[in-house]
Amino acid sequence: MPLGLLKYGLSRTYPVRGDIPQTPELRSSYDVVIVGGGGHGLACAHYLSKYHGIRNVAVLEKGYLAGGNTARNTTTIRSNYITPQSIAFYQEGVKLYEEMSQELDFNVMFSQRGQLTLAHTEASLRSFHLRAEMGKHLGTRIEVVDQKGVKELSPLLNMDHGGPLEIVGGLWHADGGTARHDAVAWGYAGQASRRGVQIHQRTEVEAFEVSNGRVQTIVTNRGRLSCGQVLIAAGGMNYDVALLAGVELPIRCYPLQAMVTQPLKPWLDTLVSSVSLHTYLVQSARGEIVIGGGSDPYQLYSTRSTLDMKEHLAAGAVHLFPFLKSVKVLRQWAGITDMTPDYTPIMGASPLSNLWLDCGWGTWGFKATPVAGKRMGETIATGHVPDILKPFALERFGSFNLINEMGATAASH
Amino acid sequence: MKVLTCPMNGPRNIDEFQSFGPVRTMPDPGAASDAEWSRYLFRSENRKGVVVEWWRHVPSNYFFLAERDIVSNEILRTFDPAEFAPPS
Repeated sequence: MPLGLLKYGLSRTYPVRGDIPQTPELRSSYDVVIVGGGGHGLACAHYLSKYHGIRNVAVLEKGYLAGGNTARNTTTIRSNYITPQSIAFYQEGVKLYEEMSQELDFNVMFSQRGQLTLAHTEASLRSFHLRAEMGKHLGTRIEVVDQKGVKELSPLLNMDHGGPLEIVGGLWHADGGTARHDAVAWGYAGQASRRGVQIHQRTEVEAFEVSNGRVQTIVTNRGRLSCGQVLIAAGGMNYDVALLAGVELPIRCYPLQAMVTQPLKPWLDTLVSSVSLHTYLVQSARGEIVIGGGSDPYQLYSTRSTLDMKEHLAAGAVHLFPFLKSVKVLRQWAGITDMTPDYTPIMGASPLSNLWLDCGWGTWGFKATPVAGKRMGETIATGHVPDILKPFALERFGSFNLINEMGATAASH
Repeated sequence: MKVLTCPMNGPRNIDEFQSFGPVRTMPDPGAASDAEWSRYLFRSENRKGVVVEWWRHVPSNYFFLAERDIVSNEILRTFDPAEFAPPS
């Protein structure tokens, strides 16, 4: 690498590495077809092509590269869940983020600044103790802190409220952080396409032709193709895409809204979230305060924004940091989240033998981008679901083995 | 502000209401297989289009039904549960 850097520095033309190639013609057949050109699908393509030697791969994206939930999330990376299955999985995700810029030879601006989740009630503190002990047991950096600890970690927090919303303590997760979400997708796309993976933008799956328990042919708006294995990693459209193959997933779609303020000088150096206020804040590298919260209160396939949710987020943010009251909102947006009943993803096999699922990512998918891509790549390449993914199978609903992560997921990132 | 018309209280801000999701028909608990029962518990209607769903007007604790398009968010009709004929 240093030699490459020297060569680059001394070069007269400063050769720019080619970006993601233009969408090529569709071939008639691929070993693996990935439906969804977001972070998860692109990560899977990377792992298939780099570690499993499978390069005859197509990534089909209905819109443009990483324009769905990969671009709409609020970039939180963490592993402070409550069940051992989830903690083990997300912990591997955090580790992969720690080395991602090296892996992709592309700066994803990973910033492991820690996440502070606030408790306003004794009940929240009790659940934090449980999460902290589970996390410590499995080797993550997590601890419960008291009011003094909260104040030290985030000195500008308003601690003087009293009443039902007084901050009584917090959950400090030193492994938490952020990364630039676009860079994550571009990094995986660049690596995968350099190894021969074809990325087809503006290519929508219209039907799956299924016979003998397999997907035989995929019909798209740009033509038909036959496929060895198929992965569904279509974010908010997972339910819809799976239905085309006759697979009905236990998913309901809700919008999730977020917003950013005008840029400010750096003042917030951790992620801060509040369970009771359903609000979380993080300052981006550009100085904007990213503010997010819970999903919309009812089912909807729409990325419209509402004043109600924006008022709610603003109220929560101003409650925690009153000096934000005169700061202007710069942008707002929404994504469609595919929520599962237990707030845990669905990964692994489907009822069809060559159709694999990377679905049910709801409001919690970005942090799992590398680990889901890596482990789904392994699953597709070997035909076996690795142990770390087994608890997340679709069958868990039939056998009533749910993995309840509502408390560690919903509205309290 | 989005308005939902409550069959009992008239047009109100949708913030006054709580969504309880699409209507599901409960199979006979004694006769249903595990697969049927888990389907009933965990799978809700999520196809793009019109769904019939439960809503509650929170201040008056009145439950009613609404037909709503979950793509356009248009509320087509709200009515008392007594008027509902479940699909056979």
